[in-house]
Amino acid sequence: MIAIENLSKTYGKLAVLDNLSVRFEGGRVVSIIGPNGAGKTTMSKCILGIVLPDSGDIKFKGESILKKHAYRSQIGYMPQIGKYPENMKIRQVIEMVRDIRKDATVIDEELIGLYGLQNMYDKRMGSLSGGTKQKVSAALAFMFDPQVLILDEPTAGLDPISAEILKCKILKEKKKGKLILITSHIMSEVEEVADEVMCLMDGSVKFHDTITEIKQQANEERLSRAIAKIMHEED
Amino acid sequence: MKKIIKYVLYDIVRNKIVVAYTLFLLLLSVGLFNLGSSPEKGLLSLLNLVLLTVPLISIVFATTHFYNSYEFMELLVSQPIKRSKIFMSEYLGVTLSLSAALVIGMGIPVMLFAPGATGLYLVLTGVFITFIFVALAFLASVLTRDKAKGIGIALLLWFYFALIYDGIVLFILYSFADYPLEYATLTMTALNPVDLGRIMVLLNLDVSALMGYTGALYKSIFGSMWGIVSAFGVMLLWVTIPLITSRNIFQKRDL
Repeated sequence: MIAIENLSKTYGKLAVLDNLSVRFEGGRVVSIIGPNGAGKTTMSKCILGIVLPDSGDIKFKGESILKKHAYRSQIGYMPQIGKYPENMKIRQVIEMVRDIRKDATVIDEELIGLYGLQNMYDKRMGSLSGGTKQKVSAALAFMFDPQVLILDEPTAGLDPISAEILKCKILKEKKKGKLILITSHIMSEVEEVADEVMCLMDGSVKFHDTITEIKQQANEERLSRAIAKIMHEED
Repeated sequence: MKKIIKYVLYDIVRNKIVVAYTLFLLLLSVGLFNLGSSPEKGLLSLLNLVLLTVPLISIVFATTHFYNSYEFMELLVSQPIKRSKIFMSEYLGVTLSLSAALVIGMGIPVMLFAPGATGLYLVLTGVFITFIFVALAFLASVLTRDKAKGIGIALLLWFYFALIYDGIVLFILYSFADYPLEYATLTMTALNPVDLGRIMVLLNLDVSALMGYTGALYKSIFGSMWGIVSAFGVMLLWVTIPLITSRNIFQKRDL
């Protein structure tokens, strides 16, 4: 569904993405892992058009997305740290985004209900805790029934129960044939929800395989060990 | 685009600076008209104060607003909207609210105390200056991600147009006093929107008789309908050039 072709991005002298090429298909949960600063967030931001690549191309359903905007109605994004206008209330943020995406036919309010956000509708975004902001981000990402979901460390600030709710939601959406990209550092979580693991290192793909393949390759039962082994071997 | 402007305006109205600005202008205008012996003098003092304060407040307010709206813009860029739309909505939100403050705070007293073409030119100049300096503020803001640097650039621009430029012009006029400088002065005026606004209003007041040959030349140019239209045309260029430049930069950078 998404094809990244020879994508490069530098910040000053630092090459964050270095000739990155990768394909993602629908109906899969892909976990993007890699050390800090490997370019995980930059890659997702490039897909969203927040960061503009220096060279290369990103194709969504076969069409380049560079300098386009309409494709974003097919993408739900949950940022690592949700930044919202401090003065706006939860209700206003949700209403505004809904106002912008008026064309959306399906409105999925499941997460709003499960997280009990209605009870907090009149709180200002500035007064919310990090976890609650994450819940708002998650609710917004899933709200418009997008084809692609990009979740940047989705469970990092969530309590265990909320994280569990999110994982169930991810698996549910996967069954509908959606592509879900998750960046995460928590291996147990990756093992739970993901079908494939893509490892980024220094801005290019180190490996990209299904979880069973990785385990076989390394001859290990646990994913975290398998990945550690592969990374050590290749060094 | 209307939707986004609505939310930008909503945000601006809530932080009350624009309301304070309206009251400040109202107090200033009513005060000056009551102090002066004639409405004409009131207009003249108002002109001088407006040409100093309106650019300053516009440029500082717009720059801080732009940096404070980063979160809002980040939220919007991941939605299916064009970046240029986000940018233009921010611009129109700021300019419309500041112009409304100007029209209410200054326009109403001017129409009450000194109704006529001169007052109308004064308000119109004020509105143009607002649009120009907000555009310059946005240009300063897209040039750097650092808020302090952005405000620094914005203040420098204000210093340049409000104070330094006049100094340079005076220096040139003194140094080349032996040469005919009428057309050179005219060009130099067009290169600074504040001066252009000042002269347009001054020529509608009787004080222009004091301005000598250059004044006479100005009078012959700006006195005609054509002159005024072209002066506003130059003002319009002063709005569009920085605005389009900053919009293009905004579209080609990371957020």
